[in-house]
Amino acid sequence: MIVADKKPVEEIIEFIKEDKKILILGCNECVTVCEAGGKKEVGILASTLRMYFLNQGKDVKIDEITLERQCDHEYLEEIRDVADTYNAIVSLACGVGVQFMAEKYNSTPIYPGVNTCFLGATEHRGLWTERCQACGNCMLAITGGICPVSRCAKRILNGPCGGSSKGKCEINSELDCAWQLIIDRLKALDRLEDYEKICPIKDWSTDRAGGPRKVVREDVQI
Amino acid sequence: MRLTYPTSIKIVRVPCTGKVDVIHMLRAFEKGADGVCVIGCMEGDCHFKAGNFRARKHVEQVQKILTTVGIEGERVKMYNLSSGEGPLFAKYANEIHEKIMELGPNPIKLKKKQAA
Repeated sequence: MIVADKKPVEEIIEFIKEDKKILILGCNECVTVCEAGGKKEVGILASTLRMYFLNQGKDVKIDEITLERQCDHEYLEEIRDVADTYNAIVSLACGVGVQFMAEKYNSTPIYPGVNTCFLGATEHRGLWTERCQACGNCMLAITGGICPVSRCAKRILNGPCGGSSKGKCEINSELDCAWQLIIDRLKALDRLEDYEKICPIKDWSTDRAGGPRKVVREDVQI
Repeated sequence: MRLTYPTSIKIVRVPCTGKVDVIHMLRAFEKGADGVCVIGCMEGDCHFKAGNFRARKHVEQVQKILTTVGIEGERVKMYNLSSGEGPLFAKYANEIHEKIMELGPNPIKLKKKQAA
């Protein structure tokens, strides 16, 4: 899922301090799971902002809505009739949701309420770690299901660098060396011959370096 | 025991302090409460294992949020006691009452009255 973190309230206040009618818009998907932008967080942010404006002696109306998703037309259509009635919308969705909102409702300023961080997994409640960089050319089949692109600081593809020490990475002694994990896993699977395979120069054109990407699937288009 | 505690305190019973979420405390302040005091079981004695630790974290979050919006964070406090400690409950109730009297009314409540 997409992992996001809360934005400091002070920063959000700075965006909307002059507005009179504000909508706090949550998303029921990834940001709900990582506890940054779901219905609960919408309630907390709205309550915080209401108290802030009241304390400043300002009469500001703050409403709360949480959509199923903010990255699909049909769910965003649910606020079609009300979106224009607000001076500002604070979206607690990931960067995708914020941008999709801004494209769809271009007459209302949309502000981000979270910082979108990475594609990751929930290790346990309160700890999310990166697992994928969406490079567009998955090589997990030969690396024992452990991604050297997202989990190796150098994104190297043919074994560890000289900075790997006692299974840890040189950039942080608490960070596992991805290649150590790969070797251990291949060993456990009795597939060490995969480690011997030389990975040719990766085609990075499918990665972000090739500019904004798109997936076109004519088979599912109507 | 016939202990007394200030009449300003309204008790809201919950199954476990872990159930008291950030939004519940914020709504109390938004609606005009002058202070919120969460009283949980002794640490390590939670029937639901970690409810009182969870409550403590929620209280700390509310303290930070209140400070951000310009309200004194001391208006919310967490205490721990066992169900057999009536005198301690009365002591804590007096303590939070005195603290709130010292801080004065919730500024939000005053601003709401002014606006009305």
